[in-house]
Amino acid sequence: MTSTDGRRRFLARTLGAIGTLALGGCEKLSRSEWFPRVLGAGEAASSTVAHAMTSRRSMAQEFAEADRSPTFRSNGTAEPDSDAYREIAANDFASYRLVVDGLVEAPAHLTLADLRAIPSRTQITRHDCVEGWSAIAKWKGARLAALLESVRLKPDARFAVFHCADPMAEDGTDLYYESIDLEDAFHPQTILAYEMNDAALPIANGAPIRLRVERQLGYKHAKYVMRIELVQSFAHIAGGKGGYWEDQGYQWFAGI
Amino acid sequence: MTPADQTSSPEGNADRPPVVSTEMSTQDAQSSPRRSYLYYRHSLPVRLMHWTNVVALTILLMSGLQIFNAHPALYWAGKSSYTGKPPVLEIGVRKASEGAQAGYVGYTRILGREFDTTGVLGLSKSADGRLSARGFPWWITVPDDPWLAMARLWHFFFAWVLLINGLVYVMYSAGSRHLSRDLAPDRRDWRSIGQSIRDHLRFRHPTGDAAKRYNVLQKLTYLIVIFVLLPLIILMGLAMSPWMNSVLPGWIDLFGGRQAARTIHFVAAWLLVAFVAIHVFEVIVSGLWNHLRSMVTGRYRIVEERHDLN
Repeated sequence: MTSTDGRRRFLARTLGAIGTLALGGCEKLSRSEWFPRVLGAGEAASSTVAHAMTSRRSMAQEFAEADRSPTFRSNGTAEPDSDAYREIAANDFASYRLVVDGLVEAPAHLTLADLRAIPSRTQITRHDCVEGWSAIAKWKGARLAALLESVRLKPDARFAVFHCADPMAEDGTDLYYESIDLEDAFHPQTILAYEMNDAALPIANGAPIRLRVERQLGYKHAKYVMRIELVQSFAHIAGGKGGYWEDQGYQWFAGI
Repeated sequence: MTPADQTSSPEGNADRPPVVSTEMSTQDAQSSPRRSYLYYRHSLPVRLMHWTNVVALTILLMSGLQIFNAHPALYWAGKSSYTGKPPVLEIGVRKASEGAQAGYVGYTRILGREFDTTGVLGLSKSADGRLSARGFPWWITVPDDPWLAMARLWHFFFAWVLLINGLVYVMYSAGSRHLSRDLAPDRRDWRSIGQSIRDHLRFRHPTGDAAKRYNVLQKLTYLIVIFVLLPLIILMGLAMSPWMNSVLPGWIDLFGGRQAARTIHFVAAWLLVAFVAIHVFEVIVSGLWNHLRSMVTGRYRIVEERHDLN
């Protein structure tokens, strides 16, 4: 009987220890330096398998006009709090110039009219937010592939970095930015949208242009894009993780 | 009297060591020959994969609820969240109406009916005791406090653990005949369904040789969890991935679209919780320590039935 009691006590203690570890341990692990990096193996596996299961040009689902959301939710910045942005917005973006530079043979400064002259694509797609909601809208914009072909990429260019006008810190610093690889940059559905639902893109949704990269979550779809920089690596930019939210711990591969 | 006369042959277990130790019980062995022995019931791979599932499913549930908290609403009809129709489930916080005590109330609205869930859903105390607006409370989420990025890291890591564990389990079970021998119901099982339901309702559990094998309700429940619920929850997780949507555009419409898939994912998670609750309950009422030992060491104590000689 005493050996049974001992066994029971041992089992009870083991279970108690596991419970404590499960609750308190997760907190400690979350705040440690090393454990989130271990968990990051999940993101690496997801990205590898997702890419292996799809072709480079696998298309995001497109919808009918009737599927569009009555209002398209504005998330994140609704109006950039910056004098520079207010200045170009004041005259209806007439003074707006999209800078395309970095690892390109022919850097460019493009007006909205220049962008409208680039071959465009119109698509009705679903915007999936990392928070869990989604909304459907119709987008029209310049095909990024056509733009990148016109500036001629240097052979070592690997990523397109989108520098935006909206400051994320209250003191006006920490400008939003995002990055995508060349597979996404040259994807047929990747566009620099200047129209939403047959009207000029509203400021709340990223005027004058926002990126649409339809196989990824909403935070990849940079709004208020001011400059596209072609780079070999984004390690030297801001937090070095390739995007404002990535620097806060979100996944760079936002396909899941 | 034996509760069921369906037993006696240790069917299909011939290739396992059936008797590990035989010892006389402490009762008077002469007058009451009730012998008990440890029977090797669960193989090492099954035990390892069982406990891996315990860890993975616990973390997946808790990190999943933290992810849900980032947008605590579920939708059914339509191809997006914003279709002009209200969500089928919504958890939130609002100012208390006049007359009620001042302050805020946490509410849960299901199909238009609102419930005051202050303290648990919508508005609850955080770990440090401050009242805070959140869907599910801190003690059921990983991490404790609203932290979507970290919850996603946990969730997607353990999603891979669950998936790989599940695939290895199915291959092992098919290869070792665990599936055909221990889980697939035979003709006798189907006939005993009514008896098994009555036995469960009376908390009567098989003894002797019958305790060596799963009963029919157990078999069916395990098969549904393994081959319906778990594949469904993984598939509905993938349905929320914009990248996986592009594998075959429109495939998620078979399940009602992305937001319906998210709702199914949530409901399936709670069905798994219900399964675990019943599973643990049955383990407790049919011998907690014996079951725990058998899922740790593999050995389950069988008390032989008394065969009275008229």
